Amino acid sequence: MRLDTLSALNAERAARRAALIVTDPEDGGQRLVRAAAIDVDPLAPLLRERLRTGKSGLGEGPDGRSVFVAVHAPPVRLVVIGAVHISQALVPLAAQLDLDLTVIDPRSAFASPERFPGVRLIAAWPDEALRDIGPLDAYTAVAALTHDPKIDDPALIAALRADCAYIGALGSRKTHARRAERLREAGFDEAAIGRIHAPIGLDIGAVSPAEIALSILAQLVATLRKDRLKGRDAADAGR
Amino acid sequence: MLSTEDDILRAAEGWRREGRAVALATVIETWGSAPRPVGSHLVIDGDSRFLGSVSGGCVEGEVITEALDVIEDGRPRTLEFGVADETAWRAGLSCGGRIRVFVERID
Repeated sequence: MRLDTLSALNAERAARRAALIVTDPEDGGQRLVRAAAIDVDPLAPLLRERLRTGKSGLGEGPDGRSVFVAVHAPPVRLVVIGAVHISQALVPLAAQLDLDLTVIDPRSAFASPERFPGVRLIAAWPDEALRDIGPLDAYTAVAALTHDPKIDDPALIAALRADCAYIGALGSRKTHARRAERLREAGFDEAAIGRIHAPIGLDIGAVSPAEIALSILAQLVATLRKDRLKGRDAADAGR
Repeated sequence: MLSTEDDILRAAEGWRREGRAVALATVIETWGSAPRPVGSHLVIDGDSRFLGSVSGGCVEGEVITEALDVIEDGRPRTLEFGVADETAWRAGLSCGGRIRVFVERID
């Protein structure tokens, strides 16, 4: 790979834009295709399909030669609304999963660096904080954990509008029914509201904050990897 | 959860900019229960220092040896590993899977 191709790829990744590297394994010929340029590419259908599934692999080039398409989707970002006890338990687990974590909470007593050492922590309302960290996108997961609609709802609305990869909200079924009602009034249809995992987390009978954090991340992984799941789990995770 | 590959590519760029000779190995095809998915990277420098993985540690040694040749002559090549290969006595996958690895120099 030419160094300038590698640099351009790394620049796309740093900007959180998807890109593909197309390689001819026979002669080493190689090029970078930015996501925005897929539609005008001679391999458009193949590249579009690869990007959609997020899977790198071999495919057939225009002249019947085999080409390797490497998909470089941005790393998944996890935005946690609420600097609560569960969020503290989430920090080390998210780091193990290479998730790029941000915690947002306007209540400065919760969002204190003492409670979240080494974490990107923003003590502001979600609308303001989300402007700081750049727009939500299809490679961002949002977990709303404050129990407070004033804080959770704006983040959930932003996540639905941005078609985030995973959206979850803490709270009982009753709490979620009231939340769904508010979202309907805000103009969201059932399909959109159905994208919110609530009550958040896989049902593993979690009790402690760490167990709930684990159930949330397990559900996030299952959603990101849903194409690898079989049967009932896939239907549940793929919502 | 995908950022690890990204860090490897950043390291590859950084190493090259420092003036080190660098090769990049990429898993391009797998059959059976291969330990690392297609697209996984291993970056190697001219002093055999490496980062990342293309298997569970089973064939990295062989890939590094080949990478040093790629660094030497600049010719990219595709390596295949599996228990059924004739290379199995040197490097093989105990899991029974097979993988193909593309190795190229960063120029």
